[in-house]
Amino acid sequence: MTHFARRAALAAVVLAGLAGLTGAASAQTKTLDTVKQRGQLVCGVNVGLPGFGAADDKGVWSGLDVDYCKAIAAAVLGDAGKVRYVPTTTKERFTALQSGEIDVLNRNTTWTISRDSSLGLSFAGVNYYDGQGFMVKKAAGVKSGKELGGATICVQTGTTTELNLADFFRINNLQYKPLVFEKMDEALRAYQANRCDAFTTDASQLYAVRLLTSNPDEHIVLPDIISKEPLGPAVRQGDSQWFTIVRWVHFALLNAEELNVTQANVDEMLNSTHPDVKRLLGKEGDFGKGLGLDNDWAYRAVKQVGNYGEVFERNVGSGSRLKIDRGLNGLWTKGGLQYAPPIR
Amino acid sequence: MAVLARKPRDLADVKALLYRPEVRQVAYQAALLAALAFAAYWVVNNVAANLRRQNIASGFDFLSRTSGFDVAQTLIEYSNLSTYGRAFLVGLLNTLLVAALGILAATVLGFVIGIARLSSNWLIAKLAAVYVELVRNVPLLLQLFFWYFAVLKNLPNPRQSFALPGGAYFNVRGLYLPAPVFLPGFGLVAAALAVGTLATAALWWWARQRQALTGERIAVLWPALAAVVGLPLVVFLAAGRPLEVDYPVLGGFNFQGGVAVMPELIALLLGLSIYTASFIAEIVRAGILGIPKGQTEAAQALGLSRGLSLRLVVIPQAARIVIPPLTSQYLNLTKNSSLAVAIGYPDFVSVTGTILNQTGQAVEVILMTMGVYLAISLLTSLFMNWFNSHMALVER
Repeated sequence: MTHFARRAALAAVVLAGLAGLTGAASAQTKTLDTVKQRGQLVCGVNVGLPGFGAADDKGVWSGLDVDYCKAIAAAVLGDAGKVRYVPTTTKERFTALQSGEIDVLNRNTTWTISRDSSLGLSFAGVNYYDGQGFMVKKAAGVKSGKELGGATICVQTGTTTELNLADFFRINNLQYKPLVFEKMDEALRAYQANRCDAFTTDASQLYAVRLLTSNPDEHIVLPDIISKEPLGPAVRQGDSQWFTIVRWVHFALLNAEELNVTQANVDEMLNSTHPDVKRLLGKEGDFGKGLGLDNDWAYRAVKQVGNYGEVFERNVGSGSRLKIDRGLNGLWTKGGLQYAPPIR
Repeated sequence: MAVLARKPRDLADVKALLYRPEVRQVAYQAALLAALAFAAYWVVNNVAANLRRQNIASGFDFLSRTSGFDVAQTLIEYSNLSTYGRAFLVGLLNTLLVAALGILAATVLGFVIGIARLSSNWLIAKLAAVYVELVRNVPLLLQLFFWYFAVLKNLPNPRQSFALPGGAYFNVRGLYLPAPVFLPGFGLVAAALAVGTLATAALWWWARQRQALTGERIAVLWPALAAVVGLPLVVFLAAGRPLEVDYPVLGGFNFQGGVAVMPELIALLLGLSIYTASFIAEIVRAGILGIPKGQTEAAQALGLSRGLSLRLVVIPQAARIVIPPLTSQYLNLTKNSSLAVAIGYPDFVSVTGTILNQTGQAVEVILMTMGVYLAISLLTSLFMNWFNSHMALVER
């Protein structure tokens, strides 16, 4: 009988263990509390895309998306350095967010209806308006995407890219062959080795990828933009407090730019008499409390990371090697699409 | 009264039953099975509930939705207007293609190298040994990268293609072969070929029977050739040559027409078969060395030539040693073919990866992928087990 009892006990322990494991995952905890308790923000970023999220040879992360991680950490924890970066591939990223492995996904991810409605994600805003394009070799003499009939095209898997590509060629009634790679490195290598006639991905990435080729001058980015790719930070559904924080950190950076509050002048701006600036920096009103933070949240984000314009220019704009034009990403006051609701 | 009196005995009966080893064994196993079933149910239920709660779509409805993406190599008709289910099938067939071709090539190469390593020629034996030690000790992924990025990528551009005899071309985009185009009337030729093959099989069977009965050997080679090659040829000419060849022609970015073999497929096949062949070579060597020398000597004492004693005495016995580990290598090769993802061959894992990302239904897609690999492996192993029992020593 003892033999049986031992086995039964073992079975019970195993079952209890299973129950404990899955039970923990199903418990609804507030992300803000988790982050504060941990003292660190766990941020999902790209495995390596210059300008958006990439680590240098010393393991220091930088990029537009990385700066968003820093801004959130500064607003929530008071220190932009308290971030653990988790590099995710296109295939892993949503699972990492859904399973709670990361708190927020800042990984040049396109906001679409299917991701909002069937992946259990919410996009907090658009930090980069992008569109898919093509890169070809200059020597091929191609001037437009419509001349790519019969071409072989290198693609990285697990993106909306494959779908847009198929749509583009279907609309224009052209034939093509997609060559799909798991990693961008290999897709780019195959393109450089002349296995493909063109390389396609979001235009912002094309500029970055072009710099990774052995001789950037041999390649050009075609003017065709074949899709809308609004990229932005995503969080899990069902935690509206955390969603609101991520969304308003983004809006705070935009509002700061609009109000000419920069990393350099933010301390002087604390004495500003402009009511919007006072509200942004927490000198007037009690807006931080509603977010579950203190009133200096936006001040810290701007102080430690800079406003949206500074973040853009530093990582992908004139201050970077990519030299991407503000274009659609300019403020609404300057002909762009970036528009933030007011803080009041 | 009687009932009351019997009760203690009933209890004792039940107790006695519980103490019987067979009963307890069955009871334990039933309990374990029930616990496992419950655990499985509970896990599935929990996953489903969590997916629902997090507002993540679940279920297999997506299989009938339009996929919207293209695949570079399709063995069946497929376009971006086909369904996800069809895309699954396309990926599966691509995997089966590479696995079947790889198993064939690895087996042939493995047998040659294995026998070469036992050769009495010092140079051949040492070369085979170097091959085995070199190839089986380098990770397969690296070998794939070597074949794909280091070897095939150095081939010329389409405009400077290597022209191969017979109208074929080889360049960085792949191997372009002339494709046969069957015209009406080719069915007759195919029928003639079938008839010839059947006739040859019958002839061979008859010759064997006859040899077993009378000891007389009958040469079947020439009549067999006449039936398999001659007959279809005559029909082909008589039917007015119902076959045309579609040659690849350079146009636009690339060659058009003919049959194109992707370099990704070539690299994958080279990598998989060369790697697996090194293991098969060792298995073959072990099989042959596992046959006592006395067997060969006895065969020679009976007057069999070296070739005949190898074919009739050594190999049938070695096969019994070789087949079980060979099965594992076949399974390995099939599963290793999923490394295709790294070099852009649209295999099952690559296609399901795209499906996963577009639908976001990780649980379902991964389950299907695992299920398919499990099914392929079990079927391979079932076949090899059957083959093994067929080859096994029949003890009398």
